[in-house]
Amino acid sequence: MIENIRELLKAHESLKREVYLDIENSSVVPKEVVDAMLPYFNQRAYGNPTLTHKPGWEAFETIMEASKKIAKFLGCETLEEINFIPGETEANNLALIGTALSMKDKGKKIVVSEIEPINVLHVTDLLNKYGCNIVRIPVDDEGVINLEKLMGAVDKQTILVSLSSVNHEIGTIEPLKEAIEVVKDRNPETIFHTDASDTYGRILFDVQDLNVDLATISSYKILGPRGIGVLYVREGVKIERVLEGQLGTQKLWPGVENTPLIAGFAKASELAFHNLEDNVNHMRRLRDKLIDGIMRKVSDVRLNGPKGDRRVADNVNISFLRCEGEALTIELSLKGVYVSSGSACTRRLLQPSHVLVAIGRKFVEAHGSILMKVTRCHTEEDMDYVLKVIPKAVERIRGIVGTMEVD
Amino acid sequence: MSRTPLPYNPKILELFRNPKNLGKMEDATVSAVAGNPLCGDMIIFYLKIDNDVIKKASFESYGCAANIATSSATTEMIRGMKLEDAWKISWRSVIEAVGGVPSVKLHCGILAVGALKRAIRTYYVNKGVLPDWLPEEVTFEEEQALEEEELAKRLPKRMPVEEEK
Repeated sequence: MIENIRELLKAHESLKREVYLDIENSSVVPKEVVDAMLPYFNQRAYGNPTLTHKPGWEAFETIMEASKKIAKFLGCETLEEINFIPGETEANNLALIGTALSMKDKGKKIVVSEIEPINVLHVTDLLNKYGCNIVRIPVDDEGVINLEKLMGAVDKQTILVSLSSVNHEIGTIEPLKEAIEVVKDRNPETIFHTDASDTYGRILFDVQDLNVDLATISSYKILGPRGIGVLYVREGVKIERVLEGQLGTQKLWPGVENTPLIAGFAKASELAFHNLEDNVNHMRRLRDKLIDGIMRKVSDVRLNGPKGDRRVADNVNISFLRCEGEALTIELSLKGVYVSSGSACTRRLLQPSHVLVAIGRKFVEAHGSILMKVTRCHTEEDMDYVLKVIPKAVERIRGIVGTMEVD
Repeated sequence: MSRTPLPYNPKILELFRNPKNLGKMEDATVSAVAGNPLCGDMIIFYLKIDNDVIKKASFESYGCAANIATSSATTEMIRGMKLEDAWKISWRSVIEAVGGVPSVKLHCGILAVGALKRAIRTYYVNKGVLPDWLPEEVTFEEEQALEEEELAKRLPKRMPVEEEK
């Protein structure tokens, strides 16, 4: 298997330009962030932050400083509300399972939307197996949550509502504030969790203003290192740990803190929030250049998710009809453009992206979908290159489909 | 279970980049479809048959790289073959011809042989005489090609949210 991978890599050797747009699935970490992390491996703060020696105290100081920065960007009241967790998947698991455990005597009902990430939906499947009732709220054809259905779903039995503030696949900015008000109005005791990984560093997100109880953010989605995230837990909200072991500075996650990654996440946050408005405008400009360019240059395409201000600044998701997504990702890779697809083939199962199906896309539209995210580090030239490569790649893959009817 | 990258081998990559026998055949004697676009996986085979011998074969594919490669390889294998011999080609030999595929892509070989067998059967059904070597009962590969179609029909347009297990 590894030999085949090596051969695949060899096929990329002559590439002159590469543009990585698969931020949904991992990210390229800018040099400033890597440089900010390096000292913490072997120069300072490499100790365990709970122990009584200099490298430990240094680590404690570093983690507290990182908490302080991120707490400020989220609008937290206290540092204790920041919990470093090894990533979005872990934080979402903790939020859902931890709440289900702490609230087990209050009720059994959990409400999510149809378009939540897999690391929420699979956890609700698991909780359902252990006695929780799960309600999935539908969305409209642009991915906006149905607030009336949400209102109808929340009752005295509802212990938790989990809704993303921005959809990870189609970039829909959800009416989160209204959703929280609706839920709290129906049942003030219901815990409200949001996965804000695609919101943080892109649109204003203030935990006090929103009155949200739990919020997940992910480091790599703002060009920080993988393997680290934060679960914001509002002061006074009690959730159970889901792992047990040696407790450290992070009350909800046992084990030794990963100081370099935490420092990297803080640095990536600083870079994202320094000139936030400029960064967001830059992303929005590149996003629209990409969307408009593809719409103009390629026939039979469909934008998935809303347009303009109702779409997050970095998200591009387009379906290429008569074009199978996995084949297209490989063709694009061979030209140095790295993207992902909602095709059933890339997902290794018969069904395409659940988000695209939930907004009413036909299977053939979902199979031909490509997801791209732009960052503050991308340039106009990057977009020009992508816009040069995509039409040719689509044309070649459509050439293989030939005269077949595939709608 | 776990998920690994799809480690396509050099032969598959080559056939994906430069597929042989690609395209609709205007003077085809017979053609046959296998799979369904709803599953993200459909091929069509075109055969030019003369005196029960396959003179030419071509294909079109709406599918992944493995689908394109196995279809292309099959059309190469059967050129110049007697229909009776082409009928005996197994999906395993197609998979071997492309140097193996990841296990999740084995159905691509099955689909290619399914299209071939359906084309051969259609040819004889149109002729009105089935040769002795052609079984009346549909084969595993033909059935798989059909089943996928049936399966697609059964999938609702807006399915309940179901993810990989």
